[in-house]
Amino acid sequence: MKRSIPLAIVIILGFLFVGYVFIPHKISSDFYEWYMEWMKAMSPFGVILGIMSIIMTHTARIQHKVPNWQYSIVTLIAMIFTAYAGFAWGTQEGTPFMWLFKNVQMPMGATMFSLLAFYIASASYKAFRARSAEATVLLLAAIIVMLGQVPVGVSLFGEGINDITHWILNVPNLASKRGIALGVGLGMVATSLRILLGIERTYLGGGE
Amino acid sequence: MFEIVSNWVAAFLTLCIFSFLYKDNPFYRFAEYLFVGVTAGYTIPLTWEMAFIPYVYRPLFLQHKFILLIPAFIGILYIFTFNRKLNWLSRYPIAFGMGMVGMGVPLSMHASVLVQMRGAMIPIESINSLLVFIGTITILLYFYFSKAHTGTYGKVVKIGIWYMMIGFGASFGYTVMARISLLIGRIQFLVSDVLHIIK
Repeated sequence: MKRSIPLAIVIILGFLFVGYVFIPHKISSDFYEWYMEWMKAMSPFGVILGIMSIIMTHTARIQHKVPNWQYSIVTLIAMIFTAYAGFAWGTQEGTPFMWLFKNVQMPMGATMFSLLAFYIASASYKAFRARSAEATVLLLAAIIVMLGQVPVGVSLFGEGINDITHWILNVPNLASKRGIALGVGLGMVATSLRILLGIERTYLGGGE
Repeated sequence: MFEIVSNWVAAFLTLCIFSFLYKDNPFYRFAEYLFVGVTAGYTIPLTWEMAFIPYVYRPLFLQHKFILLIPAFIGILYIFTFNRKLNWLSRYPIAFGMGMVGMGVPLSMHASVLVQMRGAMIPIESINSLLVFIGTITILLYFYFSKAHTGTYGKVVKIGIWYMMIGFGASFGYTVMARISLLIGRIQFLVSDVLHIIK
């Protein structure tokens, strides 16, 4: 009941989906439509799980007064206020909800990701200090690809830098991506088969 | 005036995040926690409008498709994840979602294996196609861990490593470019929209 029925659901649905791919019939497409309709009806409740997780984590931090617990109040107030803004004034352009998105969420998100530029520079410096042949090849390829994409690269090294960039992307990079894609593909098939046959059960979690 | 205030709010939060480059500090932490809160709060009304209303409320209450009460009920079982005694109930919605893994077997085989193999099995008519062929084979040999990477075999897989390093370098270059464009965007916002130094 606690483990076997969910496992049976996965196995039965899994084999039905294998059938769906191989059998182009109305019954099989009806099955897919039914499944997608049910999954869409289930999806909003998954978001509740995420929101509850945030609320519980930060409430516990405040209750137990863990170090820096005051910031959890910021998270909770920001979450409640943003959600309230969306429900009270709508989510269209020109509403407080969109103002929060454009002037709070979006600038901070872009800045967070732009911070990675500095850490990538630091990582490449560390890689270069490693002085291994592989690290040097990696950095040389990265530098050539970068120079080939910007006007300064062409003005410094001429049109030849573009040709080298295209060659790197179309020959060694293609071979690399193809080899990795084949490995990933075989890994995905093996993992999917393990789940389908009930060998892999970690997604069911621990306990009974 | 309103636009100026909005820009200053965005600029202040941008600088709060950038302050982490110096060291971890209260301004960065404030911005970090605010970002998490706003992002979480942002998803709630959007999920309500884009998922709950069209896929649960409308079919149930306007189109009277009462059969959808079953998936809605299964979806609610997610919440039992937090209950120690009843958390096994949350396995039902997870199992229902995992069922799609069956489609992954033939589709992964097709998209990641057969299509790539078809691309690799072309007549070797140029040095470049020979180089691609050598690269693909040596990389696959590198991922074969049942044989020790020593001797002649080790030298062959070393070629695969070099190919992968060039591939990773190309991806690294693209990632750096994307991050630097974001950084340029933020700097442009600060010096152009907020400080009006550049028109």
